[in-house]
Amino acid sequence: MKKKPVEKKQIIAEKLVLMMDNLVSGTMGVKNISYTPYILTLFLSSIFGSLISLIGLRSITADINTTMTWSVITFFMIQIAGVKSKGIKHYKGLMEPMAFMLPLNIVGELSTPVSMGFRHFGNIMAGMVITTLVYSGLSSLTTIIFSTSIPFLQVGIPAFLSLYFDLFSGLMQAFIFCMLTMVFVSKASD
Amino acid sequence: MDPKAFVLGMSALGAGIAMVAGIGAGIGQGIAAGNAASAVGRQPEAQGDILKTLLVGAAVAESTGIYSLIIAILLLFANPLIGLL
Repeated sequence: MKKKPVEKKQIIAEKLVLMMDNLVSGTMGVKNISYTPYILTLFLSSIFGSLISLIGLRSITADINTTMTWSVITFFMIQIAGVKSKGIKHYKGLMEPMAFMLPLNIVGELSTPVSMGFRHFGNIMAGMVITTLVYSGLSSLTTIIFSTSIPFLQVGIPAFLSLYFDLFSGLMQAFIFCMLTMVFVSKASD
Repeated sequence: MDPKAFVLGMSALGAGIAMVAGIGAGIGQGIAAGNAASAVGRQPEAQGDILKTLLVGAAVAESTGIYSLIIAILLLFANPLIGLL
């Protein structure tokens, strides 16, 4: 580590932190810039957890426990940010616009983490299921057409699917999860 | 008829029918993307902000589609109805 970066690793790390600083201060305001380390950690673990499927392993985000854990953390962050900024009045917002809307508002509040977790899980899982189906379909296609047991049609063709389902979907869902976390937390802390 | 085979076949049908909900998510995302494109056409300098808003909006519009996907995946891979037989 040097004050003036000369190594490649340090330049990349500084660029990453600066980019995330800009994103967080642009979305949540400069006063909430202390959320940057959490958001960056979440972003990187989501990206690398999804992209690990590129080397043939099962991505960690294709398991509902991972994404639900992240969304429960987000839920508690929302509640803590709300109570910190408004005190107990934060829960008076559940009575808006009228008192009998209370059950509906509670369900709405609880559905935030559920839908966030399911969204990330569903996207990655659907990609995994479709890729597996294409692989087994190509393998039986080679057996039918060429009557060999070597599934050489599996080479190359699924790579185009992987481009969308692994690369694009993984990067997109990581960005969206972080973005939604920032939006909800900053909305609660206003 | 074997009751298990009937339940499994009906579950497969149900998984297919559940995915009809994808139509709604598709229409919603299409409307969002079309309006974002016209917004960029009107104000090209605000492209970054529009893209950010579009992505979050598309993700929220997608959630109903994802719910139906979860139902379909449950019916196919973790069928709760077989245990009731």
